[in-house]
Amino acid sequence: MKPKTIAVVGAAETTRMGRIPDMSVIGLHADAALNALADCGLKPSDIDGVATAGASPVDLAHYLGITPTYADGTSVGGCSFMLHVRHAAAAINEGLCNTVLITHGESGRSRVGAGRFGGSASSLAGQFEMPYGPSGPPTMFTIPVLRYMKTYGVTEEDLAMVAVVQREWAAKNPHAVYRAPLTMEEYLAAPLVADPLSRYDCVPVVAGAQAIIVARPDRAPKGRPGVRVRAHRASYNYDNQEGDGLQTGISTFAAALWQEAGVRPDDIDVASIYDDYPTMVLAQANDLGLIPGNDLARFCRVTIGEKRFPVNTWGGMLSAGQPGGHAGGLNGISEAVLQLQHRAGERQVKDARLAVTTGYGMTMYRYGGTAAAAILERVE
Amino acid sequence: MPPRMLPEPTPETRHFWDGCKAGELRLQRCTECDGGSYFPPRPFCPYCGSRKVEVYPASGKGVLWSYVINHRPRPDMGTEPYAIAVVKLAEGPKMMTNIVGCPQTPQALPLDMAVTVTFAKQNDDISLPFFEPAKG
Repeated sequence: MKPKTIAVVGAAETTRMGRIPDMSVIGLHADAALNALADCGLKPSDIDGVATAGASPVDLAHYLGITPTYADGTSVGGCSFMLHVRHAAAAINEGLCNTVLITHGESGRSRVGAGRFGGSASSLAGQFEMPYGPSGPPTMFTIPVLRYMKTYGVTEEDLAMVAVVQREWAAKNPHAVYRAPLTMEEYLAAPLVADPLSRYDCVPVVAGAQAIIVARPDRAPKGRPGVRVRAHRASYNYDNQEGDGLQTGISTFAAALWQEAGVRPDDIDVASIYDDYPTMVLAQANDLGLIPGNDLARFCRVTIGEKRFPVNTWGGMLSAGQPGGHAGGLNGISEAVLQLQHRAGERQVKDARLAVTTGYGMTMYRYGGTAAAAILERVE
Repeated sequence: MPPRMLPEPTPETRHFWDGCKAGELRLQRCTECDGGSYFPPRPFCPYCGSRKVEVYPASGKGVLWSYVINHRPRPDMGTEPYAIAVVKLAEGPKMMTNIVGCPQTPQALPLDMAVTVTFAKQNDDISLPFFEPAKG
């Protein structure tokens, strides 16, 4: 995308997060959308582009009474919302629309056991994966974890730091579903889900939604710092599923991302890294160049463990919850926006000016087939 | 217990499932480029796009690449935890499978363990390729 041409002008969540039995999925999308519009002083009639995954963007437009000239229904797993930002930037720069609403909402019912996971019996997954008993993302996305631990010398205690420290952040987020402290002992004693992964390695599926509004920087409300997209890159099917699952597509574009942004990894103040499982945080952080010398164990114990570098400051999906179904990822962007606008309350990272956000998704044939990352900056 | 989820072969994959039924693990490779063997089956080379590919019997040997032990068994898979594994075949490609003939525990399933294919008949059409620890 053209650097610095696009801003995230508004960001919000549903009024409630967690268990919301009295709202439908479309209602959750709309609630977050109305909150995001209020956040930046816009009305539904100001929106001329709509993007969402899972739900139809046209259904959402109808529900909100919007008549857009641009719609994006890209749905490729946990990376979709990063891609909606990317596509919105291109659409705005091409003149297709001016102000794009991006929402993500789910009623949070687990897909496990729904009988739909893995597709039909004649699909590739149906023929070459499902007969062996995977029962959802925790038993598919996670197969490389043991290999990862062996290759990089990472222990369960190292991985625990990702979950334990994100819980400390979550304690400062009133919207997080899990806020009580999580000790190393509790983490290690938790019931196994897909050995070596236990309960606290897996994202809790919740009800809720997030919404952001993407437009030219001058659309941002006056009198408050703006958040500009400094660079954005994406990759699909980067190794044709023939690698080891220890790298992500971010490895293919990290150098170009930093160059486009004109900043370096150690300039970053706060990171939102897609965290469906702790090892995925490490894989993406390593691909971004945030881990000197590939020393993943030290990154866990010292960089994250001692909070020298703030990662997933809203608690991440591991503590704040993932509105399930079509994965998450929008919560990482909205947290970065709050941090850069210095509106993150108790969990505010002091003087945050630059953020990196990522998405990583699609259990296609063992591990993530899509990846994207963006550098966001505070503009006074 | 509901019946196990089984594959439904397509014309492009029929040779593979016919091979399993006959006790043979069949891979494909290109006859025009050096890309090597590939999996899952398709009627063209994923490295160069050529349609000139051949089916051949693989050695059935490999190593245990990585796995999880599913402690929340899918209803059609019984009630005991089982390993969902990826095996790296001697010919290069990786494939998902189950490891049979040994306890489903981390102690019995060290990474890089040598494994050999074995076929388990499910019905008159489908035999599933599993792997067991290599003997000797």
